[in-house]
Amino acid sequence: MSIASQDAGIRTGRVARTFIYLVLLLFALFYLLPLYVMLVNSVKPLSEITGGGMMSLPQVWTLEPWAKAWSTAQIGVEPTGLRPYFWNSISMVVPAVAISTILGALNGYVLTKWRFRGDTILFGLMLFACFIPFQIVLIPMAAVLGTLGLSGTTAGLVLVHLVYGIGFSTLYFRNYYAVFPTELVRAAQIDGAGFFRIFWRILLPSSGPISVVCVIWQFTNIWNDFLFGASFASGDGAPMTVALNNLVQSSTGVKEYNVHFAGAILAALPTLLVYIVAGRYFVRGLMAGSVKG
Amino acid sequence: MGFLDIDNATKSYGAVEVLHKVDIAVEEGEFLVLVGPSGCGKSTLLNMIAGLEDITSGEIRIKDQVMNGVHPSKRNIAMVFQSYALYPNMTVGQNITFGLEMHGVPKPERDKAMADVAKLLQIEQLLDRKPGQLSGGQRQRVAMGRALVRNPDVFLFDEPLSNLDAKLRVDMRTEIKKLHQNLGTTIVYVTHDQIEALTLSTRIAVMNGGYVQQLGTPKEIYDTPANLFVATFMGSPSMNLLPVKIVAEGDTLLAETTSDAGAPVRLAVHAPSDALKSFAGQTVTMGVRPEALTDVDGADQRSTHVERFSNTVTVTEPAGSDTFVTTTIGGVECIARMRADTDARPGQPSEFAVNMEKAIFFDPKTEDRIV
Repeated sequence: MSIASQDAGIRTGRVARTFIYLVLLLFALFYLLPLYVMLVNSVKPLSEITGGGMMSLPQVWTLEPWAKAWSTAQIGVEPTGLRPYFWNSISMVVPAVAISTILGALNGYVLTKWRFRGDTILFGLMLFACFIPFQIVLIPMAAVLGTLGLSGTTAGLVLVHLVYGIGFSTLYFRNYYAVFPTELVRAAQIDGAGFFRIFWRILLPSSGPISVVCVIWQFTNIWNDFLFGASFASGDGAPMTVALNNLVQSSTGVKEYNVHFAGAILAALPTLLVYIVAGRYFVRGLMAGSVKG
Repeated sequence: MGFLDIDNATKSYGAVEVLHKVDIAVEEGEFLVLVGPSGCGKSTLLNMIAGLEDITSGEIRIKDQVMNGVHPSKRNIAMVFQSYALYPNMTVGQNITFGLEMHGVPKPERDKAMADVAKLLQIEQLLDRKPGQLSGGQRQRVAMGRALVRNPDVFLFDEPLSNLDAKLRVDMRTEIKKLHQNLGTTIVYVTHDQIEALTLSTRIAVMNGGYVQQLGTPKEIYDTPANLFVATFMGSPSMNLLPVKIVAEGDTLLAETTSDAGAPVRLAVHAPSDALKSFAGQTVTMGVRPEALTDVDGADQRSTHVERFSNTVTVTEPAGSDTFVTTTIGGVECIARMRADTDARPGQPSEFAVNMEKAIFFDPKTEDRIV
């Protein structure tokens, strides 16, 4: 495919190519515009924004909105900034992602290498988790969390995301392991490795790409989730997304747009980082199943 | 009591029986090859010996220990897989010693065992590489090394050569045979390649449709196949099967057919059995291997009974060492194996010689050999 498009590129004239790049550049600028607005306005004093210069570069550069958004902005009762909520999100995301990925890998392993009667039906049922809209489960989930005594806790949120995440992580790992040679598992059995040893020593070390895909997917979803955070976490236990909303939607006082912009970037930063660090594995992992055969 | 006893072993999936009462006793140091077409049950039987498939009924014993339900790792067996099944994340050295590690062998002993095996298979320089960096032949060696290092009672090979190219396959075949001769290990080897079966084995079990069709030495299987399936499956080109009429004439028994010109071809049967005599007047199938159907000069000089007839050559196929000549006898195309510089020309008549010592007869109804 790449060769064909290169040929096409060589045949098109210089004028056409300039035109194509110009259009692409325009689109890129257009899509970068919101980021530009956010970045620029997060480093200028509020007066410059309210003065009407939203698109212009700051006359006075300041990092104060960032500091304020992070540590002193009024969100809950105390002027704590986003910092405690950021840690709320971290302590929710890390266990939820880790556990759902590991369980997904285990499920995929069992569903492909230790097959049993009805495994396909079970897998099909697990896939429902990928299609059920979040809103439907809010009330039953609240009842379950209440029964378990986890209402309003981070542990409760972890459980919710775990339950929702397993569907996807199982799907990823099952399809990845389906093309993983079963003879390897049999060889390991003859070598004397048990169920978990085979998993840890043979399958997991070969699951790099799909694990990255799964982690990115789960991290992005769970970090960005607002509905569950708003529904099942209360007050000081709220995750970053809910805190950002509270910061931006506050009805008292002056709207500090520069602080809001800084806060929004702070909230988006972790997912951005995950993509930058692991992004190149993402496509590779998504393609892995299709080219291995 | 053999070293490895397969005693009336049966395998069913639900109501479908795929392996019917297989009964084989393998002696210590034997090289048993299970050969047959795809789906004949040979790999299933191997997996049952390995413990990767359950035994539905019957018993499998190794050294008189019943293996039914025993975990694969507790049977003291090692297996070489068709795809080699090398662990991709481990180096060659780790691949070889993984089984020992799982069995709790201490590291110094593992390293010594690995060094010995690596030396035997000449893979010492590969020990730090990953399987992905090896060629097919090297992977094959590593897979064998992984099996050898365990020093098992029984080696199981599941079509180990079918992923190699033709030349390497022949080389590795010789090497497996050497290994067996040097180490004297007991081997069960599955293949669909009849040449591999004949060259490697001390005994062959020819399987088809879940039944063992014949169990015997390579010579027995080749010279006296029990039925038409074994006769045609083993040997390449496969055995010529001619419909002949058995005619009793005094003390001699004649197998009568016709040349392509319509002239009668009458071949005296060598040392006819009583069973064959009872078929007098009936039509049976005569089996003649291509090398028993030759030009006159190429006939086996040690044979005491060679019959001749004349027939038209339809096709000649020079194969370097021999020339395969196709001719039609009794309405059936036959292949004769002639000398490389034979005079036979397509469309021309040629003199054929049949080594009647090697001719065998089958009952066309039961397809079994008439003994």
